Amino acid sequence: MSTRDMGAQTKPFGPAAAALVAAGAGSFALGVLTTLVEVNTSVKTALTYSKEVGPLSGKVIWASVVYFVTLGVLAAVLWRRNPPPQQIYWVTGILVGLGLILTFPLTWKLFGAE
Amino acid sequence: MSLTDRETWAALHGMIFGALFLLAFAGGFAGLYSLRQAWVTPEGIVERTRRLVAGTWAMSIVAWATVISGSWIVYPWYRSADKTSPKSMLLANPDLAQWHNFGMEWKEHIAWLAPILATSVALVVTYYGADLVKNQGVRRVLIVVLTTAFACAAVAGLFGAFITKAAPVH
Repeated sequence: MSTRDMGAQTKPFGPAAAALVAAGAGSFALGVLTTLVEVNTSVKTALTYSKEVGPLSGKVIWASVVYFVTLGVLAAVLWRRNPPPQQIYWVTGILVGLGLILTFPLTWKLFGAE
Repeated sequence: MSLTDRETWAALHGMIFGALFLLAFAGGFAGLYSLRQAWVTPEGIVERTRRLVAGTWAMSIVAWATVISGSWIVYPWYRSADKTSPKSMLLANPDLAQWHNFGMEWKEHIAWLAPILATSVALVVTYYGADLVKNQGVRRVLIVVLTTAFACAAVAGLFGAFITKAAPVH
């Protein structure tokens, strides 16, 4: 936490940290599932909850579940706490960044997708 | 002049929900960028924060509406095994196949990051309310997160427009 923020802060940072890290977790989950579906046929089949939508159905349902569950759990745990903002920003940035990289089609080829 | 049911849903998905999100970004960005104690009066901070809360929630809801309508209503028509479906038509033409193999594959995934990121921005803005102006570090991070959400939606919207031009859903 910067000195400037510490002096001015009126509410604990925990709930904001929960929202930011949850966004990172949801993004990362979507990236991992997307890549897994591209390289593993059984994962693709397992995540095809809707024949019409295909494996995208499972990927987005689970990414949303990861987002909302992480949000709920972290919000409960961090509600009155003040985790270090810089660490939270880095964790969020890395998770969102990995999510972006893993949802990029050319990345899948690095993991053996055709 | 008329639209089929499918064309109506495709327009609702891309030209109403998607376009609304992209347009609303400018307002959300400007609201967050200018939320500084030196720039706004105390009364202005309260008024601006209310607008920011409403605006970021509107962006979040519209983003969810865009991806849900896109993935669960329009996308099944796009990817139908029918020979006349947009996906079949794109893959049947080597000159157009990359619109699906790269464009649609990227679009259908990256789009889902937009509502997740936008919802977190709305939650944090709502949590801090008028106190956000006292937390400049958080405000700056929210600008980055909201801009990332916009970039994800912009990629999806751009490819959606190009793909629809190459092979529209009828």
